[in-house]
Amino acid sequence: MAKSNKPIVWGPFAAGGTLTAFLTPALIALTLLAGLGQVPEALSYERLHAFAAHWPVKAGLVVVIGLSLWSAAHRLRITCYDLGVRADAAVAAIVYAGALAGTGAAMLYLLRI
Amino acid sequence: MSRRPYERPITSEWIFRHPRYLRYMVREFSCLFIGGYALLMVVGLERLSQGPAAWQGFLQALQSPASIAFHLVALAFAVYHSVTWFNLTPQAIPLPFISAAHYAGWGAVSIAVLWLAGVF
Amino acid sequence: MTELCILRYNPETDGEPRFQSYEVPCREDWVVLDALNYIKENLDPTLSYRWSCHMAVCGSCGMMINQEPKLACKAFLRDYQGVIRVEPLRHFPIERDLVTVIDDFMAKLARVRPYLIPKDVKALEAGEHRQTPAELKRFKQYSMCINCMLCYAACPEYGLIPKYIGPAAIALAHRWNQDSRDAGREERQEALAAKEGAWECSFVGACSEVCPEHVDPAGAIQQVKIRSTVDWYQEHLMPWLKK
Repeated sequence: MAKSNKPIVWGPFAAGGTLTAFLTPALIALTLLAGLGQVPEALSYERLHAFAAHWPVKAGLVVVIGLSLWSAAHRLRITCYDLGVRADAAVAAIVYAGALAGTGAAMLYLLRI
Repeated sequence: MSRRPYERPITSEWIFRHPRYLRYMVREFSCLFIGGYALLMVVGLERLSQGPAAWQGFLQALQSPASIAFHLVALAFAVYHSVTWFNLTPQAIPLPFISAAHYAGWGAVSIAVLWLAGVF
Repeated sequence: MTELCILRYNPETDGEPRFQSYEVPCREDWVVLDALNYIKENLDPTLSYRWSCHMAVCGSCGMMINQEPKLACKAFLRDYQGVIRVEPLRHFPIERDLVTVIDDFMAKLARVRPYLIPKDVKALEAGEHRQTPAELKRFKQYSMCINCMLCYAACPEYGLIPKYIGPAAIALAHRWNQDSRDAGREERQEALAAKEGAWECSFVGACSEVCPEHVDPAGAIQQVKIRSTVDWYQEHLMPWLKK
């Protein structure tokens, strides 16, 4: 029985789970306020565009979005198995590809800012 | 004497056998909203990259009833994820006060994000 | 009087298990094991079940009581309302009545090498291994495991993935990994860091909830995952570093 390569997917999952636990509620609160008509200053086009123009910020956003998508994808994979879906390899391919695609898209858009 | 062990079949009804399994499933389902919100961020970045008009459209769309509903549900699930994660941390990292430290950190990060965003 | 509804199975005559009900006296201090003994002595001598110490230290009498994995000697009749449903421990094949086939667990336990693997064998004249209270604390709770297998019955992943090595085996391996006298962690990693090792756990936590000895196998498993992950990244990204 060889040692598994699971740490490749589990490491980012644990990091993403921790990151989203600390950060996601506050982020949701920001866009929720915007939705309720109380757009926070930082979400105005000028402020946000200027903010996202900095390279460290771009890197930070890629990390936040990437780890959030990856940890969600990994959990979704486990949930599918728990619900009786046996095709784990297929589910894994789909969810991780989705997470990577979302992260790639974020990088693309950030490059244009 | 002949042996003929009987294997009981496994079905998905285990989820309903005890509240703890249901709570586990709710925790796992939070991933749909964490992932969903991250995708919303991606869309937001797309609109931001397309210019002020597109960004205004994004802010407008956030005001729709569907968006508000999604945000409220997502917030509830996100908080549930945070609470369950921090409550389980001492088992994975057995250090004194680690749960309290995580909760304090969560409070600090949330206040910092909201303050930096100009909410107060 | 109280009613016990017990899952019976005779491999020689039954195609499938079936429930059978018995009326037993409801004594204030009786546990389910006392009720089973009453049935066997007075009502039905064919009822088969494992038990030994009757004081929750041997781990023999694990079974599903109202669908919860419990030690029969620790489940008081007075804590239950109505009919008490008694079934063999879940996720194990039924040998006969409440007796399960536990070969799978025994094999997995052996695989994790749950014994001291010292760095150098110490000569008797050299004296005893000395440990501080702090060193003892690192592994003591994991040594309390009585191999009752309630955690395997509670774990949905073990139910879904029979190859999963399971909570108790990992907790017992962790007990030795945490012992300052031991140097066998690398050897145990073969079983623990394998796909069917700690990685099948999704931290449901049911194992720790049902454990009668408060071993917290779930905690042990997460600690194994973290250590294995650090090992993996170190091996692959910084192979020159000695562990």
